Parts: sequence; C-alpha cells; structure tokens
Amino acid sequence: MAKKLMKGSEAIGEAAVQAGCKLFFGYPITPQNEIPEYMSMRLPQIGGAFVQAESEVAASNMIYGAAGAGERVMTSSSSPGVSLMSEAISYLAGSELPVVIVNIVRAGPGLGGILPSQGDYFQATKASGHGDFRVLVLAPWSIQEAADLVQDAFDLADYYRNPVMILGDGLIGQMMEPVEFFEGRVPTKELEPKTWATTGCDGSRPTNVVNSLFLDPEELEQHNIHLKAKYDRMVADEVRFAGYGTDEDYDVLIVAYGTVARVCSTAMEELREEGIKVALIRPVSLYPFPYRAIREAAMKAGSVLVVELSTGQMIEDVQLALARSRPVHFHNRLGGMLVSPDEVVAKVKAMLGGQSEEVHHG
Amino acid sequence: MAETVFARPESLADVSTHYCPGCTHGSIHRLVAEVLDELGVRERTVGIAPVGCSVLAYNYFNVDFQQAAHGRAPAVATGVKRARPDLIVFAYQGDGDLASIGMAEIVHCANRGEKITVVFVNNAIYGMTGGQMAPTTMPGQVATTCQLGRDVDSAGHPIRVAELMATLRTPAFVARATVHNPLVSIHAKEMLRRAFTYQVEGTCFSLVEVLSTCPTNWGIPPVEATGWLEKNMLPYYPVGIFKTPESGSREPKPLVD
Amino acid sequence: MQRDVIMAGFGGQGILLIGKMLAYAGMHEGMEVSWLPSYGPEMRGGTANCTVVISDKPVGSPVIRSPRAVVAMNLPSLEKFEPDIREGGLLLINSSLINRGAERDDLTVVEIPANEVASELGNPRGANMVALGAYLGATDAVPIDSVIEVIRETFAAKPAVIDVNIEALRKGYELGAAARQPEPVSA
Repeated sequence: MAKKLMKGSEAIGEAAVQAGCKLFFGYPITPQNEIPEYMSMRLPQIGGAFVQAESEVAASNMIYGAAGAGERVMTSSSSPGVSLMSEAISYLAGSELPVVIVNIVRAGPGLGGILPSQGDYFQATKASGHGDFRVLVLAPWSIQEAADLVQDAFDLADYYRNPVMILGDGLIGQMMEPVEFFEGRVPTKELEPKTWATTGCDGSRPTNVVNSLFLDPEELEQHNIHLKAKYDRMVADEVRFAGYGTDEDYDVLIVAYGTVARVCSTAMEELREEGIKVALIRPVSLYPFPYRAIREAAMKAGSVLVVELSTGQMIEDVQLALARSRPVHFHNRLGGMLVSPDEVVAKVKAMLGGQSEEVHHG
Repeated sequence: MAETVFARPESLADVSTHYCPGCTHGSIHRLVAEVLDELGVRERTVGIAPVGCSVLAYNYFNVDFQQAAHGRAPAVATGVKRARPDLIVFAYQGDGDLASIGMAEIVHCANRGEKITVVFVNNAIYGMTGGQMAPTTMPGQVATTCQLGRDVDSAGHPIRVAELMATLRTPAFVARATVHNPLVSIHAKEMLRRAFTYQVEGTCFSLVEVLSTCPTNWGIPPVEATGWLEKNMLPYYPVGIFKTPESGSREPKPLVD
Repeated sequence: MQRDVIMAGFGGQGILLIGKMLAYAGMHEGMEVSWLPSYGPEMRGGTANCTVVISDKPVGSPVIRSPRAVVAMNLPSLEKFEPDIREGGLLLINSSLINRGAERDDLTVVEIPANEVASELGNPRGANMVALGAYLGATDAVPIDSVIEVIRETFAAKPAVIDVNIEALRKGYELGAAARQPEPVSA
C-alpha cells in the first residue's frame, strides 16, 4: 500500500484492523478520542463491532469477554482511564487473555492535564494492577512505528496469552506522519489455535473456563510459577531497543524513549555538529527493559543522561542496569511541558563541563 | 422396565456444590441447566460467573465459562456476545455483584439491549464475605454491617432491581421469580425459559431476578428460611413479569392470567 | 536539510488545513514530514496552530521550540510566536488582521494582506491559501505544483472551489516571492 499521511490515532486504529482486530471497546477521554472515533467508523465496514462502553471499567471487562471468546480485541484510553482499567488488566493477566491496550499518556497525577507526559512508566511496567504479573509494554517514537508495533502487539499478545500495552503520548496520538501498511505482513510469531477459548463445548473437549481464581494456595503457586516462566521468556526473547551512534565513540550516552527520544536525536545531531561525541539508546520495549543493551552501551561512555517527561521513573531502570558503574544525570520536563533539543544540548554541555550533578537513588 | 423420570441435566456438572444447606443457588443452577438442555443450546452456551457465593459457578455448569471481576459480568458478557453473536451468553450474579458494585454495568448492558441473559440471585445479603448489608437487604434486617438492622434513613431502601430495569426504554424481558417451593420454582423455570428463548431468537436483553434464601447469614435454620423469604421479601419484591419486548409497560403482570 | 514552520491563527481560519496540505505536498515530494497540531481546550474558538517539519532525513523532534518560519494569521499568534523564531528566520504577517509590523529586526518579514487579497479574488475564505502561497513563495519549501496537486486531491469532492483556491495560492506565491530573501538553512 502507498504511503499515507495519517494521524497517529487513526494509524493505530488502522493497524489494529490490519492485524485482524474486529472488536473495540472504549470510553472517551482526551487525548485519544480519535482512536475510538476511527474504530466506530471502521469496524462495521469489516463486519466487526464497536461499543462505546459506559466507563473504562466496563470497556476493560468487555475486552476480557471478547478475548476469552478467542477474538482479537483492543481498547485505548489515557492515563486516568487506564487507572480505572487496572483491575481488569490484572484479571486479564491472571486469566492469560491476549488483548492490546493503548495508553496515550497525559500528564498527572489526578485529572492532571491533557498534554504529553511519561508519568505512567511505573504504572505500565511495574504496577498496571494488583497482584504479581507483567504486561508487555511497547513505546513507539513515530507514527509508522506505532502502526508497526500495534500489529506486532496482537501477535505477541496471542503468543504469550498476555496483555500488551502500547505506551504513547499526546504527540503520538495527535501528530500526522506518513504511514505505510505492508500487504502480506507475516506474523512476528508462529501462533497456535486458541483451543482454550470459551466458544461453546460440544463434549469433544472438557469445558473451557477463563478464570483467575485459585483458592488452593498450592494451585495458585503453580499458576504464579507458570506465569513467571512466561515473563522470563519475554525477557529472553522480546527485548527491543534502538541505538543511534552507538557503534562509534562517544563520551555521553543519552537514554530516552518515545517521542522524547526524537527530541534527543535532534539534540544529538546538533551536539555532533559541534564535535561533541554523543550517542542515543532508545528502549522500544519498556517491559522487558533492555538492561543489558543499556549497560553495554554505557560502558563505552563516560557518563549517561536520562531524559524523561516524568520526575524520574525510567531512570531507576537505567540505574539498575548500570549498578553505579557510570554516573547518571537526569533532565526532565513535567506537567505536559516538552523537552526541547536546546535543553538537552545545554544539559550535555553542562555534564561535560562539570556543572551537572549526577542523580543517586537510595 | 425402569423409566428414568429424574436425572441430572447435561448442562449441570456431576459435582457437589459448596453452597450451604438451605441455600437455593443449587435449585437455581438446576433450573438454568434444565432450560439450556431443553432449548438445545448447551453446546454453544458461555456462562459468566460473578464474584460472590456463585463465584465457583464455572465448576457447577457443564458449559464453557468465564469468571468476571466483581460486578463486571454484564461487561464481560457484552464482550463475549459482540465477539461471537452465535453464542448463548448468560451472566449469573448476586445482589452485591449486580446491584451494588456492578450497577453501572447491568444498567448499561440492558440499555444497549445486549442479547444476553442475566440470572440475578437476590438473597438480601452479602453471602460469601460473611453477611454484610446488601443493597437489597430489607429494612430492619440485621446484617454484620448493620447490626441493629438496616436503617433506611442512612442506608436507603432496598433496591428493586426488576422494577428499576423495567423503566429502561430499550426492549427487554424483565421478570422476578422465587424458588422457595416447588410450585413457584416451576414458574421460575418458565421465566428463565422465556428469558433464554428471547436470546435464542435474538430478540432482546433478558433478566430474571430470582429471590433466594441465605439461612447461614440470615442467622436462621434452613427450614425457617423459606418462611422468612415469604413473609419479609415477597411483599416488597413481588414476582411477575415486569417488562416484555412487546410492551413498554412497567406494571407487573402475573405469569398466568 | 530541514524546513519547519509554525502556522497559527484563529480556529476556523483553516490553519490546520494548510499545514496538512504542506505536509502532504512534502510527502509527495519524497520528503520526510510531520504535522503536529496544538490540541486541547484552545482548539475550540481560540487560537489554533500547527507545526510542520519537512526534511530530507527522518524528522527528529516534531516539536519545534525555535521555528525557522512562522505564519501569523492574527495578532495573538504574532505575539505568541514572534519571540520564538530562529534568528534570521521568516515571519509572515497577515496584515489584513494585524495592524502592526514585526518587533524584531533580525528576521525576514513578509506582510501580506491575505484576507483582502482573497476577497479581491472573490474567495474571502481563501486567506489561508494566500498565506500558504506566500510561505511557498518566500521559501520554496516544496514546489508550488505539488501543493496545487494536493489542492485538487483535498477538494476533489468540491470541484467548484479547486480553481479559486489555486488562484489564491498562486497570488500568495507571487507576493511571497517578491519579498523573498535567502532563508537561513541548516541541517
């Protein structure tokens, strides 16, 4: 298919359709309303169904039902709405249901604002709900990548029987960029039939039950061990990241994800024009986090700069990766304010000039 | 030659339930199972279990099942039905699940006219968590969170779910039944049969509220529980058909004229 | 090489549309492009703006704090964005609705009475096209023929407005080109 200029929200919706998603349940919240709007128009065209739920609570349980019935299904929301979904996300993980959840993150806490933020990193990667579980989290930095990752997300969700979250921000939702959908796309994983789904039982198999309740602690422990083994496989096989200039020599390594990484890439170019050696590494999978790649890239640098639209969330994973072997510096903006390339340039210069203090946790 | 006149319905699993002596969940399960058998839909039925005493319903029915978060069974049922409209989907919920935490989900599910069936078991108390006040607890009824009896000045009056649901404009079948003796159980089964038939025919949303006993948490012997239900619940929760897809009426009508 | 511009005005002036058309034309020319609108409560009736980046390399930051060019269609937009323009950059002022010139003296300033020009052409709603044309005339960010093609695509369902909009674009282009000075370009 030819390149098309698409709004991120529409590209995300179309990518889901291209991936075989026929069902969408959602509730309005800014800044992601164009996703449900697009799906409400698009899904009936392909014999699918769109339901505007009465709340994010309901929407997230509707995807539970649809996924349990064996169909590809998606919901999208923004930060406060994702908080309301956290109960269902835990049930989805516990019941091992494949769904794709898009969070177009807005600034918080509380009602916060509607402008871009990365304040939901902890929620997405470490605490998307109660209990002991993980959600695969992918963070696009462009509209094309958002479209690609959404399609991959459906494959990964089915393969692992686990929720997959696309973590974007208002820029990803609202921006227009050229997007290309490739015909004859091959799934990223070899997928097996969903023999576990509740599709009606004619006696040829035992009844299927979609369930996260295990009252016997020994049974629940076995279930937890089974889930942990699955997360271990994700950690082994699903780490995604991109490096820019990491094959060359550099003094400073910048770590950033999502649209912030694009701002950093512009800053990196400006610094390089001035002869300052900088490289950028961008986690694409936030869970599993590319600990090893960041550690290896950081070993070539004198110091590391983490840039985030939060008070410091991903930086904790970077510090975990580095185990204090390199000084880590931090630059951020909050509340929906964006980091500019100029700020990053100034910060790197301050680091090299000894005018920036490294950040310690603990 | 012996003739079988009574047997376990195929839709009911061959297991003992965990329900207390004198509780009518088991009877209601059986009536639902008989209806599924008689309509010949067992092989394409998916049940949704709630949180509450019937959380383990998936063990007691011989059909595919999904266990839902507390109160969300109508949303889960919506997801299943929209994904697979050919399936027969029913949610089985208690009063805390449906009328308290899940009030938004049940109202909107009905209002969208989802072609599902809800079996709503009203025993006027939270059972599984140990006898706390439910939205359906009777005025003056003692519960562990209203130990002097439900005070309608602070807790409000019990919610009449069938009446409330019947006010919605969207076509639906809404009825209230009780199973505290064999005769009324036959009526209850007929209401359930109609409810599922409307779904099989793709007509409308259907809900049957079934009054149930909870001797354990009511604190009375099982043999007295049916009498308590008759004396205290029936006057406030009249049985009958509150709404049919053909009529927008809110007046209860008797099952048999 | 990268071109970037912030286009700003009242909601309803067709600002977001001309930004999109510019991005489309850039894409048709085989360039990398991004179009980023302001969003939020101010979208309704207040000021609207969008940032367009056109580059021969993948677009880095789609958010431009110091744009190479600003198209200001009303006074609040001029006041908001004039201070941000990169030194030596382009400031295009819609003098029909803005009764002052630039405050800075380190910019290339082009004043175009976009509304009057559009009205004279019998197309009072075409002020945005005049402004887009003027931006193209002053920068040649993309070939005007490419934008004309986008106009034909955009208004395919309303053929009556195609020619008048092309006319407005061309008139704007002439005015912009007349005022042209070399725009500073860097990577």
